[in-house]
Amino acid sequence: MTHNINIAELTEISKRIRKNILDMTHTAGSGHPGGSLSSVEILATLYFNIMDHKPENPKWNHRDKFILSKAHACPVLYATLSEAGYFPENELKTFRQINSRIQGHSHIKTPGVEMSGGSLGQGLSFGVGAAISAKLDNLKSKTFVLLGDGECDEGQIWEAAMSASHHKLNNLIAIVDRNQIQNDRFTDEVMTLEPFEDKWKAFGWKTLKVDGHSLGELIDAFNLAINQTKNPTVVIADTIKGKGVSFMENNPAFHGKSPDDQELFLALKEIDDA
Amino acid sequence: MNLNDLEMAETRVTAGETLVELGKTNEKIVVLGGDLSKSTHANKFGAAYPDRFYDFGPAEQNMVSVAAGLASSGKIPVVSTFAVFGSSRPYDQIRVGVSQSNLDVKIIVTHAGLITGQDGVSAQSIEDIAIMNALPNFNIIVPTDSVETRSAIKYAINTKGPFYIRLSRPPTPIIHQNDTFQFGKAESIRNGSDVTIVACGIMVIAALHAAHNLEKKGVSCRILNMSTIKPIDTEAILKAAKETKAIVTAEEHFINGGLSSIVAQVVSQNLPTPLESIAINRYAESGSPEELLEKYNLTDSDIENAVKKVISRKMK
Repeated sequence: MTHNINIAELTEISKRIRKNILDMTHTAGSGHPGGSLSSVEILATLYFNIMDHKPENPKWNHRDKFILSKAHACPVLYATLSEAGYFPENELKTFRQINSRIQGHSHIKTPGVEMSGGSLGQGLSFGVGAAISAKLDNLKSKTFVLLGDGECDEGQIWEAAMSASHHKLNNLIAIVDRNQIQNDRFTDEVMTLEPFEDKWKAFGWKTLKVDGHSLGELIDAFNLAINQTKNPTVVIADTIKGKGVSFMENNPAFHGKSPDDQELFLALKEIDDA
Repeated sequence: MNLNDLEMAETRVTAGETLVELGKTNEKIVVLGGDLSKSTHANKFGAAYPDRFYDFGPAEQNMVSVAAGLASSGKIPVVSTFAVFGSSRPYDQIRVGVSQSNLDVKIIVTHAGLITGQDGVSAQSIEDIAIMNALPNFNIIVPTDSVETRSAIKYAINTKGPFYIRLSRPPTPIIHQNDTFQFGKAESIRNGSDVTIVACGIMVIAALHAAHNLEKKGVSCRILNMSTIKPIDTEAILKAAKETKAIVTAEEHFINGGLSSIVAQVVSQNLPTPLESIAINRYAESGSPEELLEKYNLTDSDIENAVKKVISRKMK
């Protein structure tokens, strides 16, 4: 895969991913647009600037791996995978439909999807397994795991965090989409996460904080993370839920609700005009 | 064989030794422990191949999902812990991470059933067959002795797909002189014509004792050692149902959802046959294995009574 794609191009790619997220959740009539829109720049940066991977050979042994632990945000993954060429873009309209390869929560039947998810908290552990395997095989491949901030309420995340630093998995990079909103309400109302960065530090992780919509900051952070020699790294990406569509931004209602016809029209227009 | 003079062995020791043996030539095997590796004997693998043994502490949810990640990367991970911690505790991780992805994860558990004994009810896994049987894609083996344990582990390691292998804590009698294990096939361990006892695990030896006693009373018992629970050997069950016209199931497990339920489903769908079940019908307590088997009705004489009952139903 050609990577090192520049920021101007990544910006255009991010726009197309956003539009596809909106289109596919609108067509499906359900899905999770909010937490998909907040992760767009994270996935665009990884798939088009950072990771070594081969869309024509999804199981390439030397690939860097991306694991979507917050599997409800699969629209952003599908839109990114189709943009990269893992499957045709027109397949996106089959999202959540019967007989489709692209399921309501990400499943390994989709080309390019590494892990079946849908029950929160399992992806970081899965990433620990992938990172151990890469070490055993002396592969340079890195494993990236995207977590939701609300997902960090799950105890298993912290079991995994403890084990990753204990086993010195410097080839494992977690990214937290810190959009401050979970299913019901704002994260601080449901369950206090702060001091969030300190928690990761206490678990033995190298921490980096970035603006999760700044392609430049994300590129720099990932390049620092992949050159860590001792510890696993967590990139805490401050993001805006629903980013790019004014009436979805910071609006808990769009965690798990798709846009209707009128909302889609307005949303696509905003992204085009941006 | 002289039932009262059988050699004893701990299946968990055999499990540890078998993993070491297989690990010699198969570098894909990675063993994961949960701070119980001295008891499960997975520490033997850790001593032999320290680079392929990982401890995760008592954090079984993490351990199972790590195994899924290893399997998806081409490794053959073995999750080694006690039955309660390798089934019900990380069940969601097994369901979503292993079963739904059909990954090559081997869960080898020890200390199953009632005879884990004095640790009491929380440690006594009597629900695991039911919940593991509810998972599509999973294969389940309950070896009856150390000979079968070794064969079952070898088969599981060399076969793609998720496996659950259920072993015991205390030593159990060695019934097999030779390796006769065939995955997916019931073993006809004793011939008979009046009734068939379908048993698994430690209940096979109890069934043999019961059959021996009943023979003196003129009752001829067939015994099927149902070491593979999933996929179940439908053919052997139906053959037994047809030829002996009565079935007793015997398992060291809760009556709901285990061997009894599985066999009942097979016969009721194909050839309705009188069936009696020897199984646990409530939560137990601390006690020695012998005391527990006695109090919770899992003895030879319980099987004998069930045989008499099922034959009387057959006569009607």
